[in-house]
Amino acid sequence: MATLQTQISPSSETFRANAERMRALVADISEKASAVERGGSEEARERHISRGKLLPRERLAQLLDIGSPFLEIGQFAAWSMYGEEISSAGMIAGIGRVEGTEVMIVVNDATVKGGTYYPLTVKKHLRAQEIALQNNLPCIYLVDSGGANLPNQDEVFPDREHFGRIFYNQANMSAAGIPQIACVMGSCTAGGAYVPAMSDETIMVRNQATIFLGGPPLVKAATGEDVSAEDLGGADVHTRLSGVADHYALDDEHALAICRRIVKNLNRNKTVSLNLHKSTPPLHPADELYGIVPTDLRQPYDVREVIARLVDGSEFDEFKQNYGTTLITGFAHLHGMPVGIIANNGVLFSESAVKGAHFIELCCQRRIPLVFLQNITGFMVGRKYEAGGIAKDGAKLVMAVATARVPKVTVIIGGSFGAGNYGMCGRAYSPRFLWMWPNARISVMGGEQAATVLAMVKRDGIERKGGEWSAEEEAKFKKPILMKYEHEGHPLYSSARLWDDGIIDPAKTREVLALSLSAALNAEIEDTRFGVFRM
Amino acid sequence: MFSKILIANRGEIACRVIRTARRLGVHTVAVYSDADAQSLHVEMADEAVHIGPSPVGESYLRGDRIIAAALSSGAQAIHPGYGFLSENPDFVDQVVATGLTFIGPSAASIRAMGLKDAAKRLMEKAGVPVVPGYHGEAQEIVLLASKAREIGYPVLIKARAGGGGKGMRRVEHPDDFSEALSSARREAKAAFGDDRVLVEKYVDKPRHIEVQVFGDNFGNAVHLYERDCSAQRRHQKVIEEAPAPGMTPALRKAMTEAAVKAAKAINYSGAGTIEFIVDASQGLKADRFWFMEMNTRLQVEHPVTEMVTGTDLVEWQLRVASGEKLPKEQGEIALNGHAFEARIYAEDAAKGFLPATGTLHHLKFPQAVPEGASMRIETGVRAGDAISPYYDPMIAKLVVHAKDRPAALEALGTTLSQTEVAGSTVNTAFLAALAADPDFRAGDVDTGLIARHQQPLTDVAPPTGEIVAAAALAASDAGSLPSSNDPWSSLAGYAHFHGMARRTRLKFGEDDIGARISVRPDGRFQVALDAPYDNTNSHDLRAIPRLARWPGHVTVFDGAVGYTFTAPDPLARSDDAAAASGSLRAPMPGLVKLVRAAKGDVVARGQPLLILEAMKMEHTITAPHDGTIAEIAAEGSQVSDGTVLVRFVEEPNASSGAGV
Repeated sequence: MATLQTQISPSSETFRANAERMRALVADISEKASAVERGGSEEARERHISRGKLLPRERLAQLLDIGSPFLEIGQFAAWSMYGEEISSAGMIAGIGRVEGTEVMIVVNDATVKGGTYYPLTVKKHLRAQEIALQNNLPCIYLVDSGGANLPNQDEVFPDREHFGRIFYNQANMSAAGIPQIACVMGSCTAGGAYVPAMSDETIMVRNQATIFLGGPPLVKAATGEDVSAEDLGGADVHTRLSGVADHYALDDEHALAICRRIVKNLNRNKTVSLNLHKSTPPLHPADELYGIVPTDLRQPYDVREVIARLVDGSEFDEFKQNYGTTLITGFAHLHGMPVGIIANNGVLFSESAVKGAHFIELCCQRRIPLVFLQNITGFMVGRKYEAGGIAKDGAKLVMAVATARVPKVTVIIGGSFGAGNYGMCGRAYSPRFLWMWPNARISVMGGEQAATVLAMVKRDGIERKGGEWSAEEEAKFKKPILMKYEHEGHPLYSSARLWDDGIIDPAKTREVLALSLSAALNAEIEDTRFGVFRM
Repeated sequence: MFSKILIANRGEIACRVIRTARRLGVHTVAVYSDADAQSLHVEMADEAVHIGPSPVGESYLRGDRIIAAALSSGAQAIHPGYGFLSENPDFVDQVVATGLTFIGPSAASIRAMGLKDAAKRLMEKAGVPVVPGYHGEAQEIVLLASKAREIGYPVLIKARAGGGGKGMRRVEHPDDFSEALSSARREAKAAFGDDRVLVEKYVDKPRHIEVQVFGDNFGNAVHLYERDCSAQRRHQKVIEEAPAPGMTPALRKAMTEAAVKAAKAINYSGAGTIEFIVDASQGLKADRFWFMEMNTRLQVEHPVTEMVTGTDLVEWQLRVASGEKLPKEQGEIALNGHAFEARIYAEDAAKGFLPATGTLHHLKFPQAVPEGASMRIETGVRAGDAISPYYDPMIAKLVVHAKDRPAALEALGTTLSQTEVAGSTVNTAFLAALAADPDFRAGDVDTGLIARHQQPLTDVAPPTGEIVAAAALAASDAGSLPSSNDPWSSLAGYAHFHGMARRTRLKFGEDDIGARISVRPDGRFQVALDAPYDNTNSHDLRAIPRLARWPGHVTVFDGAVGYTFTAPDPLARSDDAAAASGSLRAPMPGLVKLVRAAKGDVVARGQPLLILEAMKMEHTITAPHDGTIAEIAAEGSQVSDGTVLVRFVEEPNASSGAGV
C-alpha cells in the first residue's frame, strides 16, 4: 500500500497557532462535558443517593464490562435550549460492551427534572433506538423517569417522532430479533410503563421501581382507592402477581448484575464478514491534527494530512488521484477494518462529484464501509459549471450517498455548508454515526455569504426605490446576520439539537471511527441497489 | 519384598508410602472413608477399598474393616502410617493373627513403650538417662513431697494418665507443693478419671530433641541422628529440623548411643523415635538430656532425617518388615547438610491456632528453590479438595535441604513465601515469621519460644494499598474481558472526554472497602481506594500480582501472607430474594399441617417450619434464611395460593444493602 508522507512542520508558527486554538476549543468542550456529566443539581443528586440509588453514570459503569469503551451519543443534547440546563437532555445514551456484546444503553437521569422527557429527550431516545436498529444492537433501558414532561406535552406526545414512537420501535426491534431489556430502577409511569412492558425481559428493583399506568394520586382521584406506590406497582407486585416484570432485584447493584446475566444468555455472536487485517497505528501522532487544521475554515490544507493520522500505518491507496482532485477517495484500514475514505480537499466540481459517486459504487460492490471527512463550502458555481451540468453531477453523488447500503460514518472536520452537506453524507443521508470536531461549522451557507446575499437583496430594494445605502449601514445590517450564522453554525448548537451524534476530540477521531465502524458491523452489510443516475 | 501392601491411613502419609512402594514395584491398596472417596491417596493407589463413614471411629480406626480389606484385596502386609492404628498393639495382634505382616514394631515393643512411667523404668534399667523423678505407685503427700525434695526444685507434678498439659503444675518452692498437688489431682481426676501423679524435675529452657532409630528382626539397631522439634505450639510440632542446632559431638554421641540402647532393650524392629528432653539453659551438655518417650512408628517429621541421611525410611520399613536386614550399617550412615520441615496447617494462628476447614480453591506450591537447595512437598491434597473437620487439618509438609542451616533456612523462607493457599485460613505467614524469628535463626530454640513470641509471630501487617487495589481489581472481574483486535476490546476505557470508573466494594475482615476502577487509554487499570486505605493515590497495576479468585472471595499473596477479601457476588444474593419480601407464601392452595415453629422463634435457614398438604402431596416449607418468625399460619387452616404462610421480622440490615 502507499504510505502518506507528511509535509507538516510541527515547529512552524502556523502549526503552533493552529494547535493552540484547537486545544482551547477541545478544552472548552471537555469542560462543558464535565458539567453535563454531573447530571442534575447537587441537591438532586444527594436526594437520589440518599434513596440508596446509584447515580446514572455509576449505573452505567456497573452495567458495562470493566474497561469497555463507551461511545456516547447526544452528550450535549438540549444544551442551552430550555432556559435551565437539562444536562444531556436528562438521559445518557451510547454503545458499550456488556458481557462481550455491544449494546445500546439508554439511561434516564432522574436527577435532571425527575428524568422527564423533554422534546430533545424523546429525540435522543429515538436516535439511540435508530442506531440500535441500523446496527443490530440489543437495547438496555435503565428506566428512572417521571414520563413525559408535562409543560412540553405538545412537543413530546402526539407526533410521529414523539413518545409513542419509542414503543413502536421496541416492538419492531423485538420483531427483528434485536433484544429489548428494561431494568426499572425508579419511576416508570403512564406511557413510560410501556418501556418495561414492551421489553423482552424486565428487571425491577424493590422499594425503588414502580410501574403503573396511573400513580397513587391518579388512582385516588379516579376511584377513591388509597394505595401506596409500592403496593400499586412495586417490584413484588409485578414480579409475583402481574408478571409485568420478570426479575426481582434487591438494589441497583443486584439489578445490574441480573441485567448482565440476561445479556450473557442472549446467545449472540458478532460475525464480521470483512477481510480484517492486523491493526497498526498511524505513522504520525494523532495530536498533530490540532496543528494541521487552520484557524480559518476558508484556508485550504491538504486533507491527506488528516487521513495520514487516522488510518492504519498511514497507508492510503488513492483512487483517481489525478482526477477531480478536490475530492480525495481511496482505500485504507482502520483498526484492521477495510474502509473507503471520501474527503474534501476544496470545492466540489463536476469531476470530483462523479469521482465520488464512482468510488461509492466500488465500496458498495465490495461491501467496504465508507468514511466521509466533511469540510465543504459547497459545489462550484458559475455559468461554466452550471452549463457543464454540475447539478446533474452533484445529483449523481447525492444519489450514490443516499442509496449506499454499506455502513457510512461521517465526521465533520471543518465546514458543512449547502449541498456539500448532502453530497458528503450529512445527517439527512442516514450515516450510521455523525461526529463533529469542535472547530466545525454547519449551516445552509457560510455566514459571510448569507450576509452578502441578504445585503444585496436589500440594496437592490433600496436602490430600486431610488434610495441610498451607505457602506456603514450595510455593515450594520450584516453584523447580526453574521452573528446569527456564527451562533447557529456552532457545533454545540448542532449537538444540542441532535443534528449530530456528538462533538469529539480530533485527536480521538481514529478511535471514534473504529468503534463506530465495529459497532456497525454487528449488522450484516446489505446489498446496495442504486437509483437512476442522471447521465 | 511384598508384592502388595495395604496402607491403613490417609492424606500425605498414605501418598508418601504409595510413592516408595511404587518405586519398589509393590502394589498398593488404599482405604478410604466417605469423605475421602475422591482423595489423592485413593487416586494414587492401585486399588482402593471403602471402609466406612467419615468419622475416624467408623473408618480409619476400624481395625476389623481394614484387615478385611487387606484380606479381600490380597495384600500381604499393612502399613499403618502414623496416628490412627499405628501404635495400637491390639491391632498389631489382630493383623498378625490373620497371617498378615504389620509394617512396624511388634505388639510387645509397642506395649513396652505405651505407658510412660513403665517405659521410663524400663529405660532406667537399660541405663538410658531419664528425667529425675518419681514414677511410683505410692501417692501419699508426704512421700511425694520428700521425693520432690530429693529431685530438687523446681519440680513438675504431672498426671500419670496425662497429656496436653492437663493436671500439670510447676512448683518453685517446697511451701507450695501441697497446694499444687491437690489442684493437679483435681484436674487430673476431672480430665482422666485418674488422680495419680508423678513428680519430675522441671527442666529449664527445655528442648525437644529426638533420635531416629531403626531395628530389624536380626537384632540390629542403628540410629539416623537427631531431629530438633523444639518449635512447638500447644505441644504440637510446627517446624522440625535435622540436625539439632548447636549440637555438640559429645551430646550427639551420648544421645544416639542411649537411643540405640533403648531400641535394643526392647528388641525393636522397624522405624522408631526416642524423644529426649534437653536442658539448654547452659548450652547443650552431654549430661543434660533425659529420655521422655518412644514413638513406635514413623514420625510425621521423618523427611528431615531422610534429607540429611539420603535414605528412604519407608523403603527401610518395607524391607525390614519383609524380612530383610537393615539396608545400612551404622558406619554407612552419614550426616549431610541441614533440613527443615514446615507443617502447613489449615488453622488460624491469630486465633490461638484454631483449626480451620474449607475447600482449597487455590493451592500452589513453590516451583523453585534457591540454588544448591532441594525441596520436597509432602501432601495429600490437590486444589479443589476440602479440609474437613473429620481429620487432621494438615495441608502439606514443606521440606527443604541445603548445605548448612543458614542456607536451608533461607530456602525455607523462600519456599514458604511462594506457597499459595486460598479457601481456608492457613499458617504459612506464621511459619514464615517463625523461620525469620531472630532467636530461631540463631538456633536459640526451646519449647517455649513460640509462646514467648506469639504476638509478633502471629501478627499480620494490614494489607497495603497495593494489595487492596489488586484485590478490588480481581474482584471486579477486570481481567475477564476477552482480548481481541476488535476495537471494542482493544480501545479499553474509551470515552469522548472523561472515562468512567466502576465502583467495587469488598470486605477485609470487618472493614468495608470501596474502590473505583477505571481504565486508562494504554489499557492499564487504575484503582482509586476510599479512605482509610488510600484516598488520593491510584495504583497502576501493570502486572496482575499473585492472587486467587474463589467463590465470593479474593486472596492476594504477599510473601507467605495470604490476604483474603470478601467480594460479594451480587447474583449470589438472589437466593435471598424470596426472603426479601420478608415472607413465605403458599405455592398452591392447600391445608396447613404440622406447624413446627411459633411466633418469636429464631429459626435457621433450611429449618422445616410447616407442612402444606396440597394436591395429595405434602410440601415441607423451610426457612429460606435465618430469621425470627413474626407470624406463622395456624395448623389446620386452609390457604389459597399466595397466602402468607410465614412472615419474618424485617431485618434492617438485610434489606438495605444498596451500594453508594
